[in-house]
Amino acid sequence: MFTRAIADGFTSIVGAGSVLTKLEDIIPYSFDGTAALRQMPSAVVFPHTTEDVSRCVTFAVAQGVPIVTRGSGTGLSGGSVPTDGSVVLCLAQMNRILDIDPRNLVLRTQPGVTTLAIDEAASRHGLFYPPDPGSMRISSIGGNVAENSGGLRGLKYGVTRDYVMALEVVMPDGRVARFGSACVKDVAGYSMKDLFIGSEGSLGVITEILLKLVPRPLARQTMLALYERIEDAASTVSAIIEARIIPCTLEFLDQMTATCVEEFAHVGLPTDCAAVLLMETDGHPAAVADEAAQMASIARANGARDVRMAKNEAEALALAAARRNAFSALARRRPTTILEDFTVPRSELARMVTFIADTARAANLQIGTFGHMGDGNLHPTFLTDERDGHEMARVHRALDSIARKTLELGGTITGEHGVGLAKKEWLRQQMGDSSFEVMKQIKRTLDPAGLLNPGKIFD
Amino acid sequence: MAGATLRTIDYSVLQQCMHCGMCLPTCPTYDQTKQERNSPRGRIALMRAVADGVLEVSQEFAEEMSYCLGCLACQTACPAGVNYTELFETARSDIERQDAHHGVARKFWRGLTLGFLFMHPTALRLAGKALGLYQRSGLEAFVRRTGIVRLLPPALRRVEPQTPRIAKRFSNALIAPHEAPVGQARHRVALLTGCVQDLVFPSVNRDTADVLLANGCAVDTPAVQPCCGSLHAHNGDLTHAAVLARRMIDLFPPDRYDAIVSNAGGCGSHLRRYGPLLQNDPTYRDRAALWDRKVRDVQEWLIEIGCRPPRASPFAEETSVTYHESCHLVHGQKVSREPRALLRLLPGLSLIELPESTWCCGSAGVYALTQPEQAERLLGRKTANIVGTGATCVATANPGCHLQIARGLDAAAAPISVVHPVSLLARAYRREHSTS
Repeated sequence: MFTRAIADGFTSIVGAGSVLTKLEDIIPYSFDGTAALRQMPSAVVFPHTTEDVSRCVTFAVAQGVPIVTRGSGTGLSGGSVPTDGSVVLCLAQMNRILDIDPRNLVLRTQPGVTTLAIDEAASRHGLFYPPDPGSMRISSIGGNVAENSGGLRGLKYGVTRDYVMALEVVMPDGRVARFGSACVKDVAGYSMKDLFIGSEGSLGVITEILLKLVPRPLARQTMLALYERIEDAASTVSAIIEARIIPCTLEFLDQMTATCVEEFAHVGLPTDCAAVLLMETDGHPAAVADEAAQMASIARANGARDVRMAKNEAEALALAAARRNAFSALARRRPTTILEDFTVPRSELARMVTFIADTARAANLQIGTFGHMGDGNLHPTFLTDERDGHEMARVHRALDSIARKTLELGGTITGEHGVGLAKKEWLRQQMGDSSFEVMKQIKRTLDPAGLLNPGKIFD
Repeated sequence: MAGATLRTIDYSVLQQCMHCGMCLPTCPTYDQTKQERNSPRGRIALMRAVADGVLEVSQEFAEEMSYCLGCLACQTACPAGVNYTELFETARSDIERQDAHHGVARKFWRGLTLGFLFMHPTALRLAGKALGLYQRSGLEAFVRRTGIVRLLPPALRRVEPQTPRIAKRFSNALIAPHEAPVGQARHRVALLTGCVQDLVFPSVNRDTADVLLANGCAVDTPAVQPCCGSLHAHNGDLTHAAVLARRMIDLFPPDRYDAIVSNAGGCGSHLRRYGPLLQNDPTYRDRAALWDRKVRDVQEWLIEIGCRPPRASPFAEETSVTYHESCHLVHGQKVSREPRALLRLLPGLSLIELPESTWCCGSAGVYALTQPEQAERLLGRKTANIVGTGATCVATANPGCHLQIARGLDAAAAPISVVHPVSLLARAYRREHSTS
């Protein structure tokens, strides 16, 4: 039971004005970027330092109050949707980049800094922070680490995990722990930081992050390939990889997605073809020119109707930015937009895309599919209406059969959004009983009271 | 739309927001506080809570909607196509209907301005004349010097120094009701003179007429024009807004014109939405829809008809100019490319991009009056950005922004002039004769 005294306890830690309890203040914290999930918290607390976080966690645990950590609230699996009676620990005001060290190619930051701000800071030193989730303009780096976010450049550059060198974490008992170091090689003890990357706020609160940066590529070339058949887009992707080319981006958009994105962004995406591939190669100018030419000819050889090169950097940026809005742009069609995140080994991609289309047709549902074809990560998006119970039941059945198919093909129920609330019913099935139990055992050991983001990932 | 409440509005307009958060980085108030209720998706969540019956139209709700600038940057950023304008105006209208803002003084000033002055153009000009006389007669200086100004209530005392300088003569003294271009007229247009523009910057209206004439337009500018209703709609008075929309349509039958031209970003944004405002009025519905299709910002219209590049520069020497985008021009009307294109037509001028050119300057209608602190913060940020460009002139196409930015530059003692892009064009055309 959340009482006035508990609110006052938080106020004595973070100060008045940093604890919200009024209805008008907390209603806007009852959701994140995930559709159809809503639950009001009891309060929202804004810590400003690691010590604030430690004291808040200690106090909450002593009072038996569940804690849901939140950054910018753009998550797509319900990871930061409050649980009943919980306090939202919002780190959005811990938003300073603490240090950038070009000699060691590392950047130290608080968790509330946006992903874009990290890359902009790196860019001022000719450096690059590659992970670029769709919401990078506003998503927080702490949220990215907690969800192990991916993005458009995953094929060549990997995901958030590949750039985290060290973490400072407030443990459920309030202790402040540090894992990892600025050393490229470091095998001292368990790789504990990796336990917290992607832990979805269930094991601790990440309060500081040391990130690896890489040299900023000198050149890039973006292009669009247009297809009459989705299968041709998939075979182009396979052929490019077989040609030993690793482009930084191989994004797929079906007709529905391309149309919605174009309606919003007006960047010249074609709306009259079954599939569009947005491809990008970056690196040394000579290598980029060579790879771009090869990719264009492979696309044509695999049935592309047309291949268009971006004329300049501005056009390339506009295309990538437009693609990052794909999910939200699909919301133009129907009131509720349910985004999925199934990922299969690349070789199974064509089968998976076909299966999704067949499932939608059989269930009489509207699905727009886009995704990162280069790494097998697909985002079938159901366009529906949460108020229509019959349709929502069909959506759920379709989801279930796509999830089962994904597992059958050796895939995963989530490539980059996390399990949160949205995927937990399939997690045991994917992991198998013993690995699922090991995971729960870790949770019980570190958070015996079960107060950190309870009900997420598993019950 | 007039008459709708959050409870009765088409629910799918609310549902259109799928709370992805793409609006957050573009919202000046969220940027300030990092609290969700001060963000577009947070405000929409509150509106939805009102629609769902979870939340009353409370004073807190009213304060939040008043803290929103209504700059519509979120509407540009929204991939899902949420109609924030409609939601925002409906929310503000609910607030007025339920009297959620308290205060007798507020009610008095609101009644005087929205209910009377901005409903009666002749009375507004009369009040303008009186204010102008007060300013020029020395009485204002006397009042300020003697400290009589301290008798004003605090809210008014704060904004008293911000009162714009009223012009000696208004648009009707500068522009004839019908003016024809030299030679054959290629287009027939209506020129809307606005309220603030008319009282404070009537020369911008004259410049607009001149530029239209120079580009082959026959220009109709009735001496007395109603307010377009933008102030009313923006402040939750949709009933008066609808009355004014009908008067405008009566005065300027849209089938008679190739374009209905406005030169004020704030007016234009509202003028383009008479259709939705009058959608339940069978007598006006069709004309209102036609009207919406005819409304143009003057800069957009000039580019559309192929503006003639001036042969002379508006300046005596090479001048660097930067451009600030009025929120309701760029976000409300999506006019962003055209003003820059016009400025690039001008010889002797180099255009420097303004960092954060689409970030609100804090003027935002009556925002400086209702939210002085936030307005000042935004003005400070804008002023610093403008000074940082090194330009000696800033162009902007809305009287509210014009006044606000001029005040900010003045306070910073920055010798940078503020001008409407169309005035630069008009000056350049005039100098063609003087320099040839």
